[in-house]
Amino acid sequence: MDIELITNVLFAMVRSGTPLLLVALGEVVCEKSGVLNLGQEGMMLMGAVTGFIVSFSTGNLALGVIAGMAAGIAMSVLFGALALGLRANQVATGLALTIFGAGLSAFVGTAYVGKPLTGIEALHIPLLADIPVLGPVLFQQDPLVYIALMILAAVWLFFRFSRPGLMVKAIGENPESATALGLPVLTVRWLAVMFGGAMAGLGGAYLSLAYTPLWAEGMTAGRGWIALSLVVFASWRIGRVLLGAWLFGLASIMHLVLQGMGWSISSNLLATLPYLATIVVLVILSSNASRIRMMAPVSLGKPFHPST
Amino acid sequence: MSLLSQCLQNQWLSSFSLEPRPQESQLLRYLSPVLAIVLTLLSGALIFLWQGQDPLIGLHTFFISPISDSYGLAELGVKAAPMLLCAIGLAICYRANIWNIGAEGQLLMGALVGAWAALQVMDSGSRFSLTFALLAGSFAGLLWALIPAVLRNHFNTNEILTTIMLNYVALNLLLWAVHGPLKDPNGFNFPESALFNDSVTLPIILEDTRLHLGLMFGLLAMVAAWVLLSRTFIGFQLKVIGMDASAGRFAGYKEKKLVYFALLICGALAGLAGVSEVTGPIGQLVPSISPGYGYAAIIVAFLGRLHPVGITLASLLMALVYMGGEMGQIDLGLPLAIGSLFQGMLLFYLLACDVLIGYRVRIKKTVAATAAMPASEGA
Repeated sequence: MDIELITNVLFAMVRSGTPLLLVALGEVVCEKSGVLNLGQEGMMLMGAVTGFIVSFSTGNLALGVIAGMAAGIAMSVLFGALALGLRANQVATGLALTIFGAGLSAFVGTAYVGKPLTGIEALHIPLLADIPVLGPVLFQQDPLVYIALMILAAVWLFFRFSRPGLMVKAIGENPESATALGLPVLTVRWLAVMFGGAMAGLGGAYLSLAYTPLWAEGMTAGRGWIALSLVVFASWRIGRVLLGAWLFGLASIMHLVLQGMGWSISSNLLATLPYLATIVVLVILSSNASRIRMMAPVSLGKPFHPST
Repeated sequence: MSLLSQCLQNQWLSSFSLEPRPQESQLLRYLSPVLAIVLTLLSGALIFLWQGQDPLIGLHTFFISPISDSYGLAELGVKAAPMLLCAIGLAICYRANIWNIGAEGQLLMGALVGAWAALQVMDSGSRFSLTFALLAGSFAGLLWALIPAVLRNHFNTNEILTTIMLNYVALNLLLWAVHGPLKDPNGFNFPESALFNDSVTLPIILEDTRLHLGLMFGLLAMVAAWVLLSRTFIGFQLKVIGMDASAGRFAGYKEKKLVYFALLICGALAGLAGVSEVTGPIGQLVPSISPGYGYAAIIVAFLGRLHPVGITLASLLMALVYMGGEMGQIDLGLPLAIGSLFQGMLLFYLLACDVLIGYRVRIKKTVAATAAMPASEGA
């Protein structure tokens, strides 16, 4: 393997890891507040289709990105209304959100399948982009990659140093005690869920506006679910989310790499790699039950009944 | 943040609140699906309006005209059969709180391996060719469900994520097979297997239609599951584990065995559904075996209240939604995906209505509410 190939592979890894990073960051915040939203795939699809439609109709990519995030938030509000407002089962509600999002995005996107769009272009960062290997990999990407990394830093700082960050964690660990301390449990959970929606919408919009600038039914291909697994992989730690996103990003471009190296394996067989890798990683990380129990937010997935 | 919280609390939480019922309402348990269907129909009417259609004509095209002749009724059975089989299996899992989302993958593996078996034996002239293919398909589904069962039991791995991932793996394996080893050598390079001959084709049970034996499999499974869930100790254990896993453990039930049992049964039934599709209405292995039957079966299971009889009715309704979607595309030029949209809405409304089983809605009189709406006093 020569240095150019490695650079190209790493470049593609960062690119394909970016939507996973965004969605997983949203879900980590959501889960740290104690809410399990399995609807990532549906929110992503809505973000992807809305972003594409808006960009296609207005010719404005930035507007598309914002619209994608708005669509993700709107979907997450639906989830919140059921799971937080009506205290419905979070697992079932998340599944419903995914099924609903898949249907709705396919419905509104039918007229846009196969339409061409010039995607978001790369933005070279002066000076830094000229560093060998590191430059092309990290500093010749499109703006959303940089934004994703900035959001990562912000979320890390939020949990590491800020008071509201501590509040979110406290609520996720023990909502009853948090209520007794006067913390607004439901409000914080609502905000966390909506942040998750915005990130999933952004991740979806990244797919349809930058990664492969087009709309196709079900184009997320399970990335929302992979991002959910990534949160388990990261053991709810922000730094490890980045590691995981790049690792899974690498797994999902492996088929291109292997084919580039002259392997003649069916592309369909190679396409199973990211999913198999996800299962393997989940198995390795979950097999130690006490570790998961220690790392996961204690109240994760349990509806909160404020006793008034 | 405090402003938002005040808004939420004033407008939402204080104006109505949920009060736990002393006991779950059995009436609402069965009324909730009906309510959800009515709400879906109303929303459907709005969607037709949005699309510039007359809502009444739209609803008629969607829900009445597909089944207005005997052929349509038979097609309803054709479409309901795979969902019935999958949903029966899923219900057994869900009763025990095992979140198997993998019926789609189990169905696809059943179709893939069943088709492979059918191609191997169809020229042998044996009387048991079809039986062999059906058994092979069911067994493949069972093995596919064995993976999440082993991973959950021995590696503590969440079955939701593993079954979803295995759905994608199964889909890619199917695509690999139809583009590669199972492709018909005389098929002009189309990604399809050779056509099955009569020896590996499910018999038609209603003349001049496509209604095949697969529906009978579904109905048999329904009766068997009914007996299993309401009359056997295993069914009782599944229910207890589902309601309170620690109670089950305390009573000495073998939780791991029950996980194996539920997942393997579901895998076998979904596999049977898959092989019944390829040896039934499709007649060969193609890339698109299922328009998401395995996912729709999740909705069917919940809509049918995890009860075999309810599931049978729900699978017919879901089949009607699929047919209505096709009809809407042909007659009204609506996107085919409107069917999936209806499915998604139905599940959402169902979950919302299900809240009424355990809670009653109390409308509180707040200052703002009474001032704005004096008429709401009686409520």
